[in-house]
Amino acid sequence: MPSITYISPNGTSTTLDARVGDSVMEVAVKHGVDGIVAECGGACSCATCHVYVDAAFQETVGGPGELEDDMLDGAASERLSNSRLSCQIKMRDEFDGLTVHVAPEQL
Amino acid sequence: MDDILIIGAGQAGMQVAVSLREHGFTGPITLAGSERATPYQRPPLSKAYLSGEADLESLELRAQSFYDDRLIAVRCDDAVVSVAFEGGDGVAVTASGSRIPFAQLALTPGSEPRRVSIPGCDLAGVLYLRDLADADELKARWGAAGRVVVIGGGFIGLEVAAAARKAGKTVTVLEAADRLIARAVSPITSEFFRQAHARRGIDVRVSVQVTGILGTGDIVTGVELADGEVVPADIVLVGIGVIPRSALAEQLGLKLVGGAIVVDEFARTSDPRVVAAGDAVLMPHPLGRPGQVRLESVQNAVDQAKVAAATLMGAPEAYRAVPWFWSDQADLKLQIAGLSTGFDQTVVRGDPDDDHFSVLYYAEGKLIAIDTVNDASDYMVVRRALGRGATIPPELASDTSVSLKSLLVPAAA
Repeated sequence: MPSITYISPNGTSTTLDARVGDSVMEVAVKHGVDGIVAECGGACSCATCHVYVDAAFQETVGGPGELEDDMLDGAASERLSNSRLSCQIKMRDEFDGLTVHVAPEQL
Repeated sequence: MDDILIIGAGQAGMQVAVSLREHGFTGPITLAGSERATPYQRPPLSKAYLSGEADLESLELRAQSFYDDRLIAVRCDDAVVSVAFEGGDGVAVTASGSRIPFAQLALTPGSEPRRVSIPGCDLAGVLYLRDLADADELKARWGAAGRVVVIGGGFIGLEVAAAARKAGKTVTVLEAADRLIARAVSPITSEFFRQAHARRGIDVRVSVQVTGILGTGDIVTGVELADGEVVPADIVLVGIGVIPRSALAEQLGLKLVGGAIVVDEFARTSDPRVVAAGDAVLMPHPLGRPGQVRLESVQNAVDQAKVAAATLMGAPEAYRAVPWFWSDQADLKLQIAGLSTGFDQTVVRGDPDDDHFSVLYYAEGKLIAIDTVNDASDYMVVRRALGRGATIPPELASDTSVSLKSLLVPAAA
């Protein structure tokens, strides 16, 4: 099972195991990682699961799709080059050890 | 005793429990539901779950360990059948005979599909889609079904129709009204979806009257229309709206209108010991416009549940969230922000023929809502604008060479 590490805005780190195919958002929400709100449950409709992908994984994970790109423009926290909506990152074996930084504001 | 009981373990019920803990409530919380699964996401049942892209585990809203860690007792598969206050305290009794005592109560019962009552409506293969059991039955018949007839051109019907078409099935949508999704969107958006689904190979018919469902033995074979035509079917999916579940509210003597539980802006029912949230609730318009609304959406379930939890904690906060909604139909993503009811003007931005456009709704010159199709950017701009009371001049909004964001006019001070 690939693992994901979530770094919250206050520096707290949480590492969780994911199933291949799970989204980075759903693993966080199911286990109560602070700061990932994910109101729409993963439909790319709310922009409240905004994360910054750690530089080491940015290339492997890649950038947002078109719809996600538009949603990120409306996200509450500043959009950076490594911004993604975590509901749109589906875990794969090669993402093992993925680290994401949770955006400070989601709503 | 400070026990809080939440009846209804869907999105709203789960959120009440989570929000109570976030507010620091330390007393016992019981979340009681009638279904076999812990709270799960319903929207994917008509999309990713049907197509096999999502399984039950991926639909779970929270892991079991989440509830355990927060001492939230989730009681599944045992519906509450009666509820009453006896003296000061309340007690609920479940189908299995368990008694659950409580001091305060949250009702999040949700809704159930409106049933058709026409000849043949009990045939096997006449299906509804609301919960996991419905979805599993639909899925079990899905693979072998070459012909799908959908009765009702609302969100559920169109989502299933789109999924069926994508899976290569012959699909017919039968809508009694003269346009699709008539309750939620303007004629412009309705007409777009009619044409867009027709272009994708769905036989979409409006203003048709279904008179009966035909079968061989007890298995459905077709749907009969008023003019005598029979549309062949292996599955008939009925999506003609929902009815609030109000039996328990009735037992408590709560005020109901049209079967919906009436609440104020703090999610309080007519009994101060009882709050209610979600699909089954009729509430004041959240953005202060006239009238009461009943919203069937994830957004409302979540936001109203948060309001209900705050009220239970004695720290009431009025419901002021901007309503929003989405519907995924094939490659078309409809996103709605605000409530368009009562609009007197619409502005179309973009070209519906490109499968990429928006409809902005105005009342007395003020922006009140937007529908967007495959335009998340406009959707987000308007959603945020409505939250701040900002508007966009209608005479400028159709110009796609200018971003909507640049046209925002802040709320008058």
